[in-house]
Amino acid sequence: MRDKIVYVLGCIALAILAWNTYTIAFLPEETRQGVVFKIIFYHVPVALTAMCCSMVALVASVLFLITKRFIFDALAVAVTEVGLAFLAANLVTGSIWGRQIWGIWWTWDARLTSALVCWLLYAGYLMLRKAIEEPTQRATFAAVFSIFAFMDVPIVIFSIKWWRTQHPAPVFWSGGSFPPDWTRHFLWNMLAMVLLGVVMTTVRFGQEQVQREIDSLRREAHAL
Amino acid sequence: MRLVRQVLTIAAKDLRAELRTKEAINASLAFALVILLMFSFAFDPEADTTREISGGLLWIVFAFAGTLILNRSFAREIPNDCLDALISAPIPGAALFLGKAIANFLMVLAVELVSLPIFGIFYNVHWAQQPAQLFGVLVLATWGLTVIGTIFSALTVNIRLREVMLPMLTYPILVPALMGAMRLTAVLVLGKPIAGDDLSWLKMLIGFDVMYTAASLVLIETVLVS
Amino acid sequence: MAAVAVDGLWRFYGDYAALRDIRLEAGEGACLALIGRNGAGKTTLLRTIAGFARPGKGEVRIFGKPPRDAQTRFRMGFIGHGISVYDELSALENLMLYGKLYDLPDPKRSAMEWLERTGLERVKDGLVREFSRGMRQRLAVARAFLHNPSVLLLDEPFTALDDKAIAVLQSLLRDGLASGKTIIMSTHQLREALELASHVALLVRGKVAFHGPRTPEMVNDPGWVYARYGEG
Repeated sequence: MRDKIVYVLGCIALAILAWNTYTIAFLPEETRQGVVFKIIFYHVPVALTAMCCSMVALVASVLFLITKRFIFDALAVAVTEVGLAFLAANLVTGSIWGRQIWGIWWTWDARLTSALVCWLLYAGYLMLRKAIEEPTQRATFAAVFSIFAFMDVPIVIFSIKWWRTQHPAPVFWSGGSFPPDWTRHFLWNMLAMVLLGVVMTTVRFGQEQVQREIDSLRREAHAL
Repeated sequence: MRLVRQVLTIAAKDLRAELRTKEAINASLAFALVILLMFSFAFDPEADTTREISGGLLWIVFAFAGTLILNRSFAREIPNDCLDALISAPIPGAALFLGKAIANFLMVLAVELVSLPIFGIFYNVHWAQQPAQLFGVLVLATWGLTVIGTIFSALTVNIRLREVMLPMLTYPILVPALMGAMRLTAVLVLGKPIAGDDLSWLKMLIGFDVMYTAASLVLIETVLVS
Repeated sequence: MAAVAVDGLWRFYGDYAALRDIRLEAGEGACLALIGRNGAGKTTLLRTIAGFARPGKGEVRIFGKPPRDAQTRFRMGFIGHGISVYDELSALENLMLYGKLYDLPDPKRSAMEWLERTGLERVKDGLVREFSRGMRQRLAVARAFLHNPSVLLLDEPFTALDDKAIAVLQSLLRDGLASGKTIIMSTHQLREALELASHVALLVRGKVAFHGPRTPEMVNDPGWVYARYGEG
């Protein structure tokens, strides 16, 4: 039953994305930046979705520490992995954008830099998990790290913003305008991204639960 | 108060053990000197621009060299299973953490205070212009580095590739604190007072230290007894 | 109130239950020998009783309180596989460290006392890393007994001890039992353990297969319990 719902949601998300992309392609081009400005329709929603993922990861981590139930640990790792993927999409779209506008593959724009640091943070979370074998310890330590990482995210964003005002670098939004009737398409894409995030998290979550069952069966077999 | 005594006992123990062998401190100091040497090839030591970025360079040296000391923090409890004895002793996890953090802080600060004049000599940078403020920045940023390094040392204590994992986890979290330290150090080295926008950096550093110290004190017990 | 009470204890690694519904008790002056094959869960059980790990389900009570309770930790001593003393410190410094952590009124005097009792007073200022194996083991014993714990939890204490250390430990345990201490020790060395034990518990795959007083049959033939209650 759950699988069917996930399947349907996934199809809806992809349908929205496809239809929206079609519509966006026919929107008038932005005056100064040209067609590439439309990447904002993807660049920002994936970042916002990644932020939602990090908040869910925090809640899941705290709930695990309180209840010790592994279902929350599975949720935490699933949503963090998905968030990492969305953040990577943000970095890639930002890089493409920069290449088109300024001819360079990377600009130390405040938001992009913050996204990079956050990506490294949550990649560290996954690396930490990989390095710990014992399930309870792995879940506990990962949850503690996740809390520390989440506390850091707002500080990182503001620090890098301050730094960039003192050391100016190219800023993406400085040269563009966002007509109000585009907001509709933006929100549709936002919905599609969130749906996609939910679908991917659910799939990964199911996978993690099964993996845990396999691990415990393996341990049981070794004990016999 | 008993808590203070316990914290000081742990700190004294760590310091005594380290000063006997001096392994970590020597390695840290040597590492700092090597990085300073390599920087002299990467950046022209005579140029004015180097003086401007000296604040940034300095904290890269401190972050890397400090990690060598911080790594040892909980790792020194692993041989002979000493961590078991500490956990079963009637001291709160917070006292154990604070004692270790203080010992680490003093050791990293010592390495920094030795590296500072050497950096000054190598790169013709005048550190002594505003010594009190510079020392203040040093203390604040080093405490942030120490707190994160100590709690993560506990997190990585018995995992594979610990020496690689600790820096990988610590540096991204430290980005704001390091940026603040770099900015404030650069300002002080150029002879300017910390004012205006830079005060925000100072406040951020203090906030960072307070927030992560509190989080570590709360979560250390969960890390030690999982 | 029993000194140590384990009630419905379960301990999980992920979803796998390493300890299942353990019920045990040990009164004052009792010595419980915990026996079982490798992997049966002896170390896991001991460490859970000592408070190193939290139970998944169930409870451990030491003098009616949880093992992590501050007051309980003053009265508990644990000897694991390692010696739990620092190589870079001297014997005296090690014992004084633990004396201070356990809030002893005169750490130095207690440390000296225990160095004498374990025959280490002549090397009190020597660094532990220069000690022979036997000396290290005796120092480990001194550390565990230093704060005069009422409950002692020992994980395979006789393994890898030399004869002198075994003798010291046995004598200390006997004196301790006589003065009302409670001892739980896991062991492979059935003979040494059964000499001291008043009760025996056999763990098979995380469950208590047998728990009762030591009988003459056990002393005469240590393998008897395994044969009768174990699974091969």
